[in-house]
Amino acid sequence: MEITVTVNGRSYTRDVEPRLLLVHFLRDELGLTGTHWGCDTSNCGACVAWLDEVPVKSCTVLAVMADGHRVSTVEGLETADGLDAVQRGFMECHGLQCGFCTPGMLMTARWLLDHDPAPSEEDIREAVSGQLCRCTGYENIVRSVRWAAEHDTGRAAEPITEEVRAEVRK
Amino acid sequence: MTTTERHATPMGYGRMPRKEDPRFIRGRGTYVDDVTLPGMLHGAVLRSPYAHAKILSIDVSAAKAHPKVRAVITGADLAGLDLAWMPTLSHDVQAVLATDKVRFQGQEVAFVVAEDRYSARDALELIDVDYDPLPPVVDAQRALDPDAPVIRDDLAGRTDNHIFDWESGEKALTDEVFARADVVAVQDMLYPRVHPAPMETCGAVADMDTVTGKLTVWTTTQAPHAHRTIYALVAGLPEHKIRIVSPDIGGGFGNKVGIYPGYVCAVVGSILTGKPVKWVEDRSENLMSTSFARDYHMHGEIAATRDGRILGLRVRVLADHGAFNGTAQPTKFPAGFFGVFTGSYDLEAAHCEVTGVYTNKAPGGVAYACSFRITEAVYLVERMVDVLAYDLGMDPAELRMRNLLRPEQFPYRTKTGWEYDSGDYPRALRAALELAHYDNLRAEQAAKREREELMGIGVAFFTEAVGAGPRKHMDILGLGMADGAELRVHPTGKAVLRLSCQTQGQGHETTFAQIVAEELGISPDDIDVVHGDTDQTPFGLGTYGSRSTPVSGAATAVVARKVRERARIVASAMLEVSPDDLEWEKGRWFVRGDPEAGRTIQEIALAAHSDLELPEGIEGQLDATCVYNPPNLTYPFGAYVCVVDVDAGTGQVKVRDFIAVDDCGVRINPTIVEGQVHGGLADGVGMALLQVMAFDEDGNHLGGSFMDYLLPTAMECPSWRLGETVTPSPHHPIGAKGIGESATVGSPAAVVNAVLDALRPYGVRHADMPLTPAAVWRAAQGRPLRTDLAIT
Repeated sequence: MEITVTVNGRSYTRDVEPRLLLVHFLRDELGLTGTHWGCDTSNCGACVAWLDEVPVKSCTVLAVMADGHRVSTVEGLETADGLDAVQRGFMECHGLQCGFCTPGMLMTARWLLDHDPAPSEEDIREAVSGQLCRCTGYENIVRSVRWAAEHDTGRAAEPITEEVRAEVRK
Repeated sequence: MTTTERHATPMGYGRMPRKEDPRFIRGRGTYVDDVTLPGMLHGAVLRSPYAHAKILSIDVSAAKAHPKVRAVITGADLAGLDLAWMPTLSHDVQAVLATDKVRFQGQEVAFVVAEDRYSARDALELIDVDYDPLPPVVDAQRALDPDAPVIRDDLAGRTDNHIFDWESGEKALTDEVFARADVVAVQDMLYPRVHPAPMETCGAVADMDTVTGKLTVWTTTQAPHAHRTIYALVAGLPEHKIRIVSPDIGGGFGNKVGIYPGYVCAVVGSILTGKPVKWVEDRSENLMSTSFARDYHMHGEIAATRDGRILGLRVRVLADHGAFNGTAQPTKFPAGFFGVFTGSYDLEAAHCEVTGVYTNKAPGGVAYACSFRITEAVYLVERMVDVLAYDLGMDPAELRMRNLLRPEQFPYRTKTGWEYDSGDYPRALRAALELAHYDNLRAEQAAKREREELMGIGVAFFTEAVGAGPRKHMDILGLGMADGAELRVHPTGKAVLRLSCQTQGQGHETTFAQIVAEELGISPDDIDVVHGDTDQTPFGLGTYGSRSTPVSGAATAVVARKVRERARIVASAMLEVSPDDLEWEKGRWFVRGDPEAGRTIQEIALAAHSDLELPEGIEGQLDATCVYNPPNLTYPFGAYVCVVDVDAGTGQVKVRDFIAVDDCGVRINPTIVEGQVHGGLADGVGMALLQVMAFDEDGNHLGGSFMDYLLPTAMECPSWRLGETVTPSPHHPIGAKGIGESATVGSPAAVVNAVLDALRPYGVRHADMPLTPAAVWRAAQGRPLRTDLAIT
């Protein structure tokens, strides 16, 4: 099937198998290897990217489902203005060790701060609760996101709503 | 200083952001699955659905006919190349692809090479294997029954499932101590089979250059040099024609020490097709077939006086090693370093016996941040001390304080022959109890018990033994456990450090640059650390068992000091004084008594490459190499306190506070040290409460995905509270010990002790991990679960 997907603001048209997973589309077809694959069951969250404005586990989304949609990945976080606050936060607070879960964590953190500019520790823990990290024990991930919240100047935040929460929990 | 403040790069030790982070936060790391080569093919492994079955026939004709399949490899094909079996790291053999029968569910049976990932998987469906199922050995405790099926009938003369017996300590003396003890507490306990489950699964990209004969393997390995040598020995390839590249590794925790059949198949696939072949396992393959950890069935006995003086410890262990003895550990230590089971206590005698058995489960056994079985040893002794406290009606913290080794006893030779290098144990335990406000917690607990609320406080103390090791005593497959370092200083004073160890997230590119900076006064920003490529680094055994800082860290300090001494000679020529008249301060040599007359290391580096006339016999440049053979292990230690609330209605455990006081000697980068501790504490909570690989009676693996093998998320983890003491190692060049596995070793016992403390009103003395709600509930009902089998 031919699909057209806008990834990090750039349009890509590719002929893909209907069964191709979005994570493999990003990694193998587009060479965007920042989005990782860690399990088969959407439990680990290493593959989190955004489909339009919502974080999804790209290992359980078919590439064809992204046809006509926007996808955002870790490679799109840095802009001409520099690194995103969440990227800086993770470096400042040692929020990563092996780095494998980091892209997914960053994408969820960016989403959280877009909707809640001053999340509590509990809010942060809940936001990343569908993602696994085997290195950090989560402590410094929480600190990193809080650091980012305190230093985030770039993006307009819109309040988090129950609808949005429910959508992400799906 | 907190980690959230802006840090300048320190000239040596101290907090600084990691040098590796800029690539990771941009998604620009290079993990094995990110490697793509022109013409690359993809491999997939067909695995056994049975735990134990004869292979009657394998028909690959339909798979070979698949239009995108380039090769299908079976055990018979490998047998023709003498590659059907490979040596394990414990002097056994393991099937690469099964020829005679399968011995665990998930065992490798065939390998398909196809043009893309999905086609390779499709073709697996086209392979027809005819199995004749055999009764499996699932329960380790039945493995030595006279009528148990013999798993390893491939080994000549094998009539049972026995692998080894090993003992440590003095049996007669221990029996004598037990005979005169006032109190003997006895407890059986299981440290269940768990899996390290790094976020990145295992995989390889093998590329045999048919013209040069050079094989390059990008692979998930914690020990690239050891892998190169093993490939040479196994496959008969010349070692100089093998290059192992371990790029960014998405966590190891011991899972990536061994060589797996998939790697070998990728190599064979590349040789057969003349193309690069990528094989990356999926999560179920990772959980079901690669190195598990623990699976120790332990019987403990502890002897003491009535007033709580511990006299002796006696242990029998049944070790489930799975279908092949593939544990990764020094040759002379079939039970790893379990011999340190006397822990942190001053007792009179101790003895242990360990028996290893085969079962129809995946091979492995030493993995998951265990420091070669010290997790099991610490869990055993820390549970036994709590059981003793239970029987004596004593406070477990007080009982520990009364029996801990005293600072003046160090260096201390244990009753099983280990020489602990340094420690101040009471100080660490006091620090932890103070941080926890232990007395307040006990008061709160008493008040809650009045209200029939369940709250528990768990205490654990551990001594680690890391940095293997002295090559006289420690080798893996005959390779001594020393590590190399090479330091090159460029004319402009920038440096490159090449190491044999391999980071999987521990921050080597930062920490090791900081060691050089501390020794030479070259900024860490000006030092590149090269690792993970056997063509670019000196030989050494790699990173596991918390050995990077104890061994490679020492090598780094020593090689930097060699450079410093070479710089001294050059400086003496520059300043026209005798080398003996020079003094060092960080970053420069100067003339004693004339501090203004000096040369910086950067000036000296340039001069060392210049036309400066050097003394007779002195070569130019400053570069140096070192191989570090550790004189002893290092012995980090720590005191942990865990506080839990338990829901009496559901058995749900909430870890509400965790205090960890670690002593790992000198801290090079405290931020990285703390991060390592955080991760290990989460591991401990996971193992104590969630993680287990159980099997049903047919040998079906019940933990084959993250839906069933539960790992802790941010919701199960509290905000860790850390403390520290610093007792330098007297024999390590910079006084550092190891830290990578301390928290994984020490924390499970603290969590379990806390839960059982909470259950005290029910009269529960012991229950096995993982303490899931069901296990807690059953323990409270007096009907404890056997957590390793799906048998209730």
